[in-house]
Amino acid sequence: MAIFRIKDSKTQALADSLDRQAQRQFTQEELFQFAPYDPGAGERGGYSDYSYWRSTLRAFRKNRVAMFFLCVILATLLFTFLEPLLPYDREPNTIYYVEQAEINLFTRKPVLDEKGNPVMKVSRATDRAPGEEFWFGTNSIGQDLWSQIWSGTRNSLFIGFSVACVDALLGILVGVLWGYVRKLDFLFTELYNIFDNVPQTLIVVIISYVLRPGMGTMIFAMCLTSWLATARFIRNQVVIIRDRDYNLASRCLGTSTGRIITKNLLPYLVSIITMRMALAIPAAINNEVFITYIGLGVPLETPTLGNLVEAGRKVMGEAALRYQLFIPVVILATITISFYIIGNAFADAADPKNHVN
Amino acid sequence: MVKYIGKRLLRSLLTLFIIITIVFALLRLMPIEGYFQNFEKMSATQIQVGLQQLGLTDPLPQQLLHFWQGAVQGDFGVSHKYRVGVDVLEIIAGKIPLSLAIGLTSLALALLIGLPLGILMARSTRTRWKIGDKLGTVFVVVIQAIPSAIYYIFIQFYCSQLPGFSMFFDAKRPLTWILPICSLALGNVAYYAMWLRRYMVDEANKDYVKLARAKGVPTAEISRRHVFRNAFVPLVQFIPTSVILTLMGSLYVESLYSIPGMGGLLVNAIQIQDNTLVQALVLLYAAISIAGLLVGDILMAVLDPRITLGKKEGGR
Repeated sequence: MAIFRIKDSKTQALADSLDRQAQRQFTQEELFQFAPYDPGAGERGGYSDYSYWRSTLRAFRKNRVAMFFLCVILATLLFTFLEPLLPYDREPNTIYYVEQAEINLFTRKPVLDEKGNPVMKVSRATDRAPGEEFWFGTNSIGQDLWSQIWSGTRNSLFIGFSVACVDALLGILVGVLWGYVRKLDFLFTELYNIFDNVPQTLIVVIISYVLRPGMGTMIFAMCLTSWLATARFIRNQVVIIRDRDYNLASRCLGTSTGRIITKNLLPYLVSIITMRMALAIPAAINNEVFITYIGLGVPLETPTLGNLVEAGRKVMGEAALRYQLFIPVVILATITISFYIIGNAFADAADPKNHVN
Repeated sequence: MVKYIGKRLLRSLLTLFIIITIVFALLRLMPIEGYFQNFEKMSATQIQVGLQQLGLTDPLPQQLLHFWQGAVQGDFGVSHKYRVGVDVLEIIAGKIPLSLAIGLTSLALALLIGLPLGILMARSTRTRWKIGDKLGTVFVVVIQAIPSAIYYIFIQFYCSQLPGFSMFFDAKRPLTWILPICSLALGNVAYYAMWLRRYMVDEANKDYVKLARAKGVPTAEISRRHVFRNAFVPLVQFIPTSVILTLMGSLYVESLYSIPGMGGLLVNAIQIQDNTLVQALVLLYAAISIAGLLVGDILMAVLDPRITLGKKEGGR
């Protein structure tokens, strides 16, 4: 009986009394007696303190893997935004110069003066391996990768969050109208059928090709079509719950449409919307990497994870320089996997079917 | 049936028309360098004359009409940068067979691995420790969550160091075909395994399956004859779409391995800003994907007699 985790006194008391009854030893006569009819017992109702959000949270907390990734993502988010405030922070686009031994371009050996000492010269700190001065090393033109990577993570997350927000906003607006207003249903459905056929990758490619490359273009291109699926999803849900009895009652009592939508329909959809947002973020970050590879990405002055991965890919051939690919890839993978798992776990937890037991 | 297909076809044509118009309009916003080979060295009058020759100084509706006439007759103009003066269609036609060969092989491979994996995962949900299901889920999550761009890079880099393999594609050496095909297949393997597992688990909880189990029908028999068949129907719809997705995914893989196919061509054309070629390729991709969706819908309707076409009768 220890499975009962609900720490409510009433439920606990009920469970205890049931426990006691089950464990009681009955005598032979007691077991074969008719139970007396008690009208009071038939009227006794069960007591439920069911709360949707509490149950959702409980189901989510039980999922250890998801909780772990939630901590990971919260830590990453916190660090990304705190990083610029840390001491020793460097400007991501500054090129650093250090005094180092001059290297002969042909022999690839240090140049020596008459006394046999290496000639020192101030030059760009290019391709420095991770070390004490540059924690994540430097890239091929001498920029500090530590600040580049965190600033890139910030920018990539910004792209992801913006796309997810627009996605949710437009998706809810159109989806609710589409589902709730019957006259619009036919029109929207036909429009959806037409535009849903267009592959999203193509639209993103075309928009980035036509417009000036930049963060704005990138976000615009990805927002343009991603909300369609959300709107469709929400429309289906709205159609299902639109004519439930309680909504019918509300309408009969003269509740305004706006109030029905915000108070009766939307609370049902919160879990769906949250899940879609959680999954939209890694998708946007992935898209950004792909677009950067085709050469339509954000200009290099704005570091993003896509730019860093692409820069790292170019120098992958040399074993000593592989850290320039690995570090951004590890961070990128951590972020996308975390969001993906959290989104799916939340969707499971939000499903009332999983709230039992 | 015929009526449904006809209606569906009409809608697809309408979609294609709208896409073409939008793409056409968007490309008019492009910088005009994309129409000339050595734009920097040309004088203003030369550029003007060149534009006039291409019909780009006409008013927009006239240009659109002109473009449509050409498109219907199969004339999409000539390339201005990629291979100067060669008909765009000719360039594309030379590339299609290779892309198709790679795309279809990878899809076949994906189905060959993905479906058994899905079945395995679904069956293992009924065992005590669910090891197969857990391992499979880890694989699916990793493949789906990590950007495909990244695992493609890693596959190319690490597997090409094995003897016989190479970083680049060479049509004459069969071993070099393996890496691009496997990379392309990975995404689809995860996709099919995930959905087949979900549909099979749903199906396995239905009453008729419970009855069969209660009657003592062997588990293997149930999962093969009842669960799999019913769970596979919704997946059939995805197959034509996956052909398209492999074509799309090949955008990346083809240019990574320098495969002279269509995907690499689009990336190339974008990088050198060859406007006519980009325009024609985008149209082609849009047409292929629309056709894929159409075929998918029809295929599913043919396979599953429970699906009624056209108007819903007695729906909610």
